[in-house]
Amino acid sequence: MKFDSPATTNPIDRGRVIGIPHDRIDGAAKVTGTAPYAYERHDAAPNAVYGWIVGSAIAKGRISAMDLRAAQAAPGVLGIVTHQNAGPLGKGDMNTAHLLGGPQIEHYEQAVALVIADTLENARDAARLVRIDYAPDKGRFDLAAERDRAAPPSGGFGGPADTRVGDFDGAFAKAAVKIDQSYTTPDQSHAMLEPHATTASWNGDRLTLWTANQMVAWNVGEIATTLKIPKENVRIVAPFIGGGFGAKLFLRADALLAALGARQVGRPVKVALARPQIPNNTTHRPATIQRIRIGADSNGVIDAIAHEVWSGDLPGGGAETAAQQTRLLYRGANRLTAHRLAVLDLPEGNAMRAPGEAVGLLALEAAMDELAEACGVDPVELRIRNDVQYDPEAGPQRPFSSRKLVECLRLGAERFGWNRRNPKPGQVRDGRWRIGMGVATAFRNNLVMKSGARIGVDAGGRVIVETDMTDIGTGSYTILAQTAAEMLGVPLDAVTVRLGDSRFPVSAGSGGQWGANSSTAGVYAAAAALRTKLAEKAGFPADKALFEDGLVRLGNQSQPLAQLAGREGLWAEDSMDYGDLAKRYAQATFGAHFCEVGVDIDTAEVRIRRMGGAFAAGRILNPKSARSQVIGAMTMGAGAALMEELVVDKRFGFFVNHDMAEYLVPVHADIPEQDVLFVEELDDKSSPMKAKGVGELGICGAGAAVANAIYNATGIRLRDYPLTIDRILGASSGHRVA
Amino acid sequence: MKPFTYSRPASVEEAAKAAAATQGARFIAGGTNLLDLMKLQIETPSHLIDVNHLGLDRIEKTEEGGLRIGALVRNTDLAADKAVRRDYAVLSRALLAGASGQLRNKATTGGNLLQRTRCPYFYDTRMPCNKRQPGSGCGAMKGISRSLAILGTSDACIAQHPSDMAVALRLLDASVETVGADGGRRAIPIADFHTLPGATPHVETALKPGELITAVTLPRPLGGTHVYRKVRDRASYAFALVSVAAIFGGDGKARFAFGGIAAKPWRVAEADAAASRGARAVAEAALAGATPTAQNAFKQQLTAQTLASIYRQKEA
Repeated sequence: MKFDSPATTNPIDRGRVIGIPHDRIDGAAKVTGTAPYAYERHDAAPNAVYGWIVGSAIAKGRISAMDLRAAQAAPGVLGIVTHQNAGPLGKGDMNTAHLLGGPQIEHYEQAVALVIADTLENARDAARLVRIDYAPDKGRFDLAAERDRAAPPSGGFGGPADTRVGDFDGAFAKAAVKIDQSYTTPDQSHAMLEPHATTASWNGDRLTLWTANQMVAWNVGEIATTLKIPKENVRIVAPFIGGGFGAKLFLRADALLAALGARQVGRPVKVALARPQIPNNTTHRPATIQRIRIGADSNGVIDAIAHEVWSGDLPGGGAETAAQQTRLLYRGANRLTAHRLAVLDLPEGNAMRAPGEAVGLLALEAAMDELAEACGVDPVELRIRNDVQYDPEAGPQRPFSSRKLVECLRLGAERFGWNRRNPKPGQVRDGRWRIGMGVATAFRNNLVMKSGARIGVDAGGRVIVETDMTDIGTGSYTILAQTAAEMLGVPLDAVTVRLGDSRFPVSAGSGGQWGANSSTAGVYAAAAALRTKLAEKAGFPADKALFEDGLVRLGNQSQPLAQLAGREGLWAEDSMDYGDLAKRYAQATFGAHFCEVGVDIDTAEVRIRRMGGAFAAGRILNPKSARSQVIGAMTMGAGAALMEELVVDKRFGFFVNHDMAEYLVPVHADIPEQDVLFVEELDDKSSPMKAKGVGELGICGAGAAVANAIYNATGIRLRDYPLTIDRILGASSGHRVA
Repeated sequence: MKPFTYSRPASVEEAAKAAAATQGARFIAGGTNLLDLMKLQIETPSHLIDVNHLGLDRIEKTEEGGLRIGALVRNTDLAADKAVRRDYAVLSRALLAGASGQLRNKATTGGNLLQRTRCPYFYDTRMPCNKRQPGSGCGAMKGISRSLAILGTSDACIAQHPSDMAVALRLLDASVETVGADGGRRAIPIADFHTLPGATPHVETALKPGELITAVTLPRPLGGTHVYRKVRDRASYAFALVSVAAIFGGDGKARFAFGGIAAKPWRVAEADAAASRGARAVAEAALAGATPTAQNAFKQQLTAQTLASIYRQKEA
């Protein structure tokens, strides 16, 4: 099915199952431990043995010698994979560094060996006995030091490296009010609960990977390329995934080494990364340096806006596209964005939840707070004044498909009690706490991706959906079941959803907050095809038949789905493909974050007291799981504002705090009341679902609202994230905070 | 993890004897620190001696009117004990400021005293660390040191002691009862129990080979107002940047102990003596001789500010 003109009324609009806050249908399996995760596929590979990855002890250089004898002689050891015996390997298009290093070392903790043994303990112990001599090279580990050597990046998801509209320099020079500030954000780790994990098994030349991966079809190709085998010989199975946040978009060392290990020892091998290996072995969100300049008139109306971003990555890597929202968010005839990429020899940077916007808005929305103050305009009002209903680079001929930023700001402000905020910083006390409120805009692009599914009715009238879509904790199972139930007029519990198997039709996968809208649209397409088949079989004109109560109806005639399906069942497969609506209309999701913090007057401890937000993201398919996505993302935003940082040792070139005792993410005690309001919106240009993504919107801007609240509480403006106690104390005059 | 053998002796004397006689032996109680370190191959014992079933899990009054806490009393139970909450509230508060509920359910009084530093270089076996591997150097001193000690450090090591409980015990002048490999018993004042790194940062306590902690005793209750204030990078489940244990008497006198800033639970007589002169004077005395790095120098200001906060709340 092709979606190339705005949606009209369709069965989804009935809203009998779609739009209802259903519990997740896979919830019981998860909480009873019966949902099979990649490392626990005893059912599928009962005789699997254990692999343990040995990571490089240097960041850059060469392996000069490897001595495996002691490890090979250790109890239970079955084999050791290294670059010397792995055979010729390719590299996937989406990997920057090689997943198996050696003799060249590209980053710290790069996998250089896999030790396979009969037990996890034996594998881990023997891994300690692998002797490796290194010849280290000097590396580049300091983004600030490499900034001047950074160059425009090529390609990637973020659009062109440079954009220019009008005459930024001229307009900025003439502006009545000018903001010119630099901000920094650190490297961050996804810190999802389930580590990267894979069980691999060969049957002749055919490989099966039970793996924790967000993108099944991508990675069939990536592993085939890396192993130099035909794609047809690879099956990936990923029905349950314990969080991803982008960490599991790509082929990683667990999957490749499990496959190589299984080939070497002739039986299934499973490999999970140990928690302390993850930050340096896998990908992370790269650090940024960002400069923002805004020129406005005395009422805060923007005439010139510029956002420049520097980030770093390994040679051949990509940039953190933190300026992308600035191309679309606010008005202004004179605009400039630029991304520059430095070469760093730190571990590989790549996508983490809302790549670009998540850190871009930490800077832009803090700068908007500074502009509001400079103009003496309320920060909510400032954003409303600078709203624009079309792509401000392209002009009015490219309107937004739907854009309810102003509604989000107004409704959110009212609900939060924004009018109780004192605009003058440092004025509100509650015991030992200084209290402040902050606001920030939420913005995240809406991407649509081709997505397919197969749907059938069996002889018992049960509806079955099959697609290689993944559920990374987001609720895909439930919304896909809701879509099928709505389309075919059956109750939710009459639907079985099977996900994450490369034998199923290729879906959009989970990433870039495109998963929910795109994959349900794929099920919509397949279900529409099945409706036609069922109606034809019933002898009804397909466009007149009604699907409800498990029946196909026409007037007062009806036939049960089960009967039409017959003993063989009836199946249909289709995918949703997209025309040029995303070109003709700018598509994005919007919201407004509000935050109230307390800052201890003596110790500078920051405590979030309330978070609230209003969000417009098209049709909300399941308000319960959507709310969970948003509050989880707001929590991640709070982490980015207050604590999350992979700390770089610039001598050895690695992230020092590589475990969850030292890489802090918020705990329950950090996150109090979170209020989420979904502003009603249907986006008929996004898909027949009229939905948009929502899984990443909640992180976008959340941290800036926290930072702006800290400023309102204390009068201290910090521009280097995270905003930790030492930084606040360092910025406070005298001994007390503000 | 290196393969290890395991035994479960019938008495504390037998345990101590076995520990001294077995090369590479370690006692195991709650295992909340040791097992993690074994998985990371930072600790590689060849033999574990399980002391969980030796009856060291009681809290009882001493003849002197104090409290005797068995070495195997779990942190959760100790924090919830009525006598502790009434007479040694600072201990209860320190315990509850540490770790998480699940960890406190397992962690023991004796084990907590022996928990090892959180220095990130100690935790990565590829990095230099004199504490983990004597003579390998210190990765932290010129590296990442924000969380590390500013007091009691040496040229070999700037690791901080991570315990909250031990800070309260230091404040309360607890003593540590042990049984030695020869069956002899002794009591080690808490002030002497933890040692400073000096040139031997791998040596962390005064315990002799095989010596087993059997109990911690507290002297008679001091009365007064008990405070434990822990400042950290998130609201819960994080190690202290700075912690202050304090008891204020009704007579203007007070005593203080500090965590998160030193190589061992830190207590300075001059700080106690400065109590009546206010937070700033206490901080100056407590921080005398501090040797911070550029990254952890803020701990001096934060210590002073934490004391200021405590004084402010006391007065409120």
